[in-house]
Amino acid sequence: MTIRVGESATAPSFQKAALPLLGDSQLRKNLRHATEVIQRRRAVVAGELPDWQALRDAAAAVKQKTLRHLDRYLVQFEAACTVAGGQVHWARDAEEANRIVLELVRQQNAGEVLKIKTMTADETGLNQALEQAGIRPYETDLAELIVQLGNDRPSHIVVPALHRNRSQVREIFRERMQLPDLGDSPQDLTDAARQYLREKFLRVKTAIGGANFLIAETGGVCIVESEGNGRMCLTLPETLILMAGVDKVIPRFQDLEVFLQLLSRSATGERMNPYNSIWTGVYAGDGPRNFHVVLVDNGRTGILADEEARQTLECIRCGACLNACPVYRQTGGHAYGSTYGGPIGAILTPQLQNMEHAQSLPYASSLCGACYEVCPVKINIPEVLIHLRGRVVREQQSAMKPEALGMKAIAAVFRSRRRLEAAHRLAQAGQAPLVRKGWIHWLPGELGAWTAARDLRAIPKQSFREWWKETHRDAE
Amino acid sequence: MTQSEAREAILARIRNAVTRSSDDCEREVVAGYQRVGSRMPEERLALFVERLREYDAQVVTVEAAGVAKALGELLRPDAEHAVPWVAADGFPADWLAECPAVLPETEAGVDELNRCAGVVTTCTLGIAVTGTLVLQHGAGEGRRRTTLLPDRHLSVIHASQVVETVPEAFARLAQSATRPLTFISGPSATADIEMTRIRGVHGPRQLTVILAEDWIRLFPATRHS
Repeated sequence: MTIRVGESATAPSFQKAALPLLGDSQLRKNLRHATEVIQRRRAVVAGELPDWQALRDAAAAVKQKTLRHLDRYLVQFEAACTVAGGQVHWARDAEEANRIVLELVRQQNAGEVLKIKTMTADETGLNQALEQAGIRPYETDLAELIVQLGNDRPSHIVVPALHRNRSQVREIFRERMQLPDLGDSPQDLTDAARQYLREKFLRVKTAIGGANFLIAETGGVCIVESEGNGRMCLTLPETLILMAGVDKVIPRFQDLEVFLQLLSRSATGERMNPYNSIWTGVYAGDGPRNFHVVLVDNGRTGILADEEARQTLECIRCGACLNACPVYRQTGGHAYGSTYGGPIGAILTPQLQNMEHAQSLPYASSLCGACYEVCPVKINIPEVLIHLRGRVVREQQSAMKPEALGMKAIAAVFRSRRRLEAAHRLAQAGQAPLVRKGWIHWLPGELGAWTAARDLRAIPKQSFREWWKETHRDAE
Repeated sequence: MTQSEAREAILARIRNAVTRSSDDCEREVVAGYQRVGSRMPEERLALFVERLREYDAQVVTVEAAGVAKALGELLRPDAEHAVPWVAADGFPADWLAECPAVLPETEAGVDELNRCAGVVTTCTLGIAVTGTLVLQHGAGEGRRRTTLLPDRHLSVIHASQVVETVPEAFARLAQSATRPLTFISGPSATADIEMTRIRGVHGPRQLTVILAEDWIRLFPATRHS
């Protein structure tokens, strides 16, 4: 298996990656502005619906039911989609998914392809695979275009270029679109993107995208978007290839009445995003003639097997937890070293990687619970974070890591009064060179990890036990 | 064949993962949310108009007999566009009676759609709470690309086609679940740059809704643009 989740297998730990980002004041200003605006809008339109909590409950229930019978719904989707003229493919991991897509693109002799924003293809590294095969992918979502032309990485599930401000976007467009006189108002920049992409929409014959929902009952697909780039890609080209995680299936067409009410309100703070497209297979005279759906596992079935963490797969990728997270709002998405940042990324990435990489991510949280509160499908992210921390610790224990050995030693000391008193005396004597005005600011070696971010009170001259003995002699 | 191998492997992994689940019962989903609206018809329409406008759609309200006259004023060719307005196949001919030069959809290829003044269609239904038009691309509604490439999209809707809630819309769409469906809420937009909402990224820059009903005078007068 070659499971891949963006660059997460080689990314530095969250703590390490976050440090330089915290020093970037422009980045933090951009982040604060964007997350505050979306949060404000979300709160207004979520508060407007008197049945918001009932909708969240219904969404969670639909997703739980789907996951419990995922095999049945996938097979049902495959059958219905095939009858309607689509072709369904199955990919166990990222490499297989990319291989299938490449093969389909080659069958069309396509040297270039349009891309609709898709997290799954980012997860599998599809763009690199296409480029290595000599095929040029054009990102058509405005934010993804900014990221692609800037040789950058997405930093948010819904607004991937949220870390860039207008003048940074202008610099990228000026250089890459050869528009020396381009202004920096969002209107100018959006117009430039419209012009740059319109010609490509009309020319390029193959498009690749993702899916928000796969409908088992009808074999239909739903794509939710704002700009119209999605509609362009799924109606103008001759061939349309979608990559979708196996977790994207829902049982019935009617279930969309729940998810479509929750998704855009949570994601962008709109009552409904400008465009939702729902279609089933191929239609004569309207839209692509070749339609493919690649169902991607890439670690998802592993998550399904962990009952306490299974709810991770209920995510509909709205990004509300990112905007609400006090940690994400400081560091931005790049610190997470994965396609998926923020609280959902902190539980999704390490699990997709079977806990072999990204082990620092479950710790990238203060467990404040803001993510759970805004989640439209009620994923209890703090609960899963704690569960995963447990898995990380158990794995480190079995691997005899220094921290685990240290904790074992400390546990032994705390179990015995004699040992604790001896350790106390030893520390009291040994701390002298480190104490400055009653505080320890620095500890040597492995212990330095503690003092890197906090100070430590010096151990007092007298312990409570010693004080008690001294002052209560008479009582004894 | 590796494809069926992959399929069987994934399905086996799923079955293996879920059979270990403690809860074996088929959970029935309880729909405790609001399915049917509670507003009076005129309130529903007022909300529809308000929500459409809030997301930058233009709304023109007319009496049912006044659609042709309104279209006659709105569908004028302009200097900016080389191709006149395009009318979707099956768009009621009597509504176009007062429009001088309208190109039928059958004669409009991608190039014409790209350069035309706009496109006029009917629609399947409207949703008041979200300010949404739903097209199922049947007669009068145009193929999917027809309502996408032009700079302007004008759609005519009858008051009776407007439902209040999203679940009411899905109940009405149940019979056409496998048709191509497009939900349109305002003109195409983006907020990707500094969360500033910009209209007209790739789809039409302007969305105009003509709402036709005889008791429309309940609404404040609206200007024809």
